[in-house]
Amino acid sequence: MNEEKKIATRQSYGEALARLGEENENIVVLDADLSTATKTNIFAKKFPDRFVNVGIAEQNLIGTAAGLAAYGKVPFVSTFAVFAAGRAYDQIRNSVCYPKLNVKICATHAGLTVGEDGATHQMLEDLSLMRTLPNMTVISTSDDTQTRWAIEEASKIEGPVYVRLARLATPVIYDENQKFEIGKMVQLGDGADATVFATGVMVAESLKAQQELKKEGIHIRVIDVHTIKPIDREMIVKCAKETKKIITIEDHSIIGGLGSAICEVLADEYPTKVIRMGMKDKFGKSGKAEQLLKYFAMDSEALIEELKKR
Amino acid sequence: MKITKVEALSNIANEIRMGVLEQVYEAQSGHPGGALSCSDILAVLYFNQMNIDPKQPDASARDRFVLSKGHCSPALYAALARKGYFDKAVLTGFRDIDSNLQGHPDMTKIPGVDMTTGSLGQGMSAAVGMAIGSKMDSAGCRVYCLVGDGEIEEGQIWEAAMTASKNQLDNLCVIVDHNGLQIDGKVEEVAGLIDIKEKFESFGFYCLEIDGHDIEEIIHSFEAARQEKGRPTAIIANTIKGKGVSFMEGKAEWHGKAPDKEQYEEAINELKLQQFIG
Repeated sequence: MNEEKKIATRQSYGEALARLGEENENIVVLDADLSTATKTNIFAKKFPDRFVNVGIAEQNLIGTAAGLAAYGKVPFVSTFAVFAAGRAYDQIRNSVCYPKLNVKICATHAGLTVGEDGATHQMLEDLSLMRTLPNMTVISTSDDTQTRWAIEEASKIEGPVYVRLARLATPVIYDENQKFEIGKMVQLGDGADATVFATGVMVAESLKAQQELKKEGIHIRVIDVHTIKPIDREMIVKCAKETKKIITIEDHSIIGGLGSAICEVLADEYPTKVIRMGMKDKFGKSGKAEQLLKYFAMDSEALIEELKKR
Repeated sequence: MKITKVEALSNIANEIRMGVLEQVYEAQSGHPGGALSCSDILAVLYFNQMNIDPKQPDASARDRFVLSKGHCSPALYAALARKGYFDKAVLTGFRDIDSNLQGHPDMTKIPGVDMTTGSLGQGMSAAVGMAIGSKMDSAGCRVYCLVGDGEIEEGQIWEAAMTASKNQLDNLCVIVDHNGLQIDGKVEEVAGLIDIKEKFESFGFYCLEIDGHDIEEIIHSFEAARQEKGRPTAIIANTIKGKGVSFMEGKAEWHGKAPDKEQYEEAINELKLQQFIG
């Protein structure tokens, strides 16, 4: 993990999308007045004729994308996660997922790490909402390398994809040769004391905890869950069998997201106690991202504390 | 094949109406009122206006139709069957567990359905997307979208109207089936919806107000829309809910109710008498 080089996944997305636009001229991009923040402006500048700004109208954003997909285009759609998965939920459900249209929803500014904008803008329920929709693939990336891969991969999937991206700049975890596969978690370390299933910005926090605990002789493995759906059942069961403790951590509500997805698999296949870390049925508040993660006990320190408990 | 004779188109509209009643009666479920009010418009679109081929339902250069008021699916299914997209016998399975004819149109199950609809207010955005796609490719497709007058109470309709106008979608034609009634009563009273034409005009649409049961007027309005450049068209079609069946006409209660055997037979007899013979 490169602590020096920090990049927000929304930035990686914007750059990857612009590059993908060169290879695939069927790709079109839609935004709802947030292109400078979601970074679709990079694509817009390069391909103005393939970019549609609908203004502050998220329901129409998703609906128009559905029409473009029905016509035969591959639309990538961006706005903040709270407006995509929340405000346009019914459009995603009925106009995209039910007809299995080829719409890629790349939602930025997910989670508490949005920071200062506060609770109205901190989307903590999108994984729950998107995961429950049939036909939807749900991706939540942890760093620059993985995001670039995920965007290209999303364009190859025939059907709806939700990609959860962050505002906060976080360390680059993987070198450019790292291989990923949709639906396959990445195991980082092979400690047997505990498994931490993490997603998005929480992967870097978990790796920090892993390094700290190593000094104290506690060896954990971190599992980077970049695909929330379909979930890697095999890896979940394997870790439950091989390690003493299971923790899940996400910049998201503990209801319905990563933690729930892991619990569902274990309930089915290998009943195990799971400690779910994340937002505990609350709304966020204003503050700096780092402060908020500490305040709501979702940072590496909180994780270390939890891992040290017997 | 393009049908130009008014009587022939009128007869097709009448056949669509009979198909609507057959489906709703057989299913003992569905929405006859609004399906009957838009049957003339569908007859003109599918048999006189649209560049479509039932043998190639997915052809990329085809014109598209989005039934945004998806609950009027029986009218669309009857039109598609009449056009030859599937066998007319399929209609009797409407809403049946073993049938592909879902309560609301499903593009993945039924050939000829260009967009899945049902949740009101969403189809127009999809039509806008299709029209933009065609413009990007200079493909020359026309996109038609039928919305209900009650449906345009949904805010998304006006979001879509803004995008249509901004992108100068002169290949988009929105038809408002203005039958004046929604489930709870008159559109003016339920939601205070008035001045539909002025509303679309203020959003930058070329607007026409027509008798939505006059075949000639319907054809002329579509031809006028075709000639209009640089802006989308909205046709406000004044219609009668339940049109063609005397005891259903103008009655909100027939929005979502199936006729019993006696009512069904009476309705079919009335419609048969309205067929032109020549």
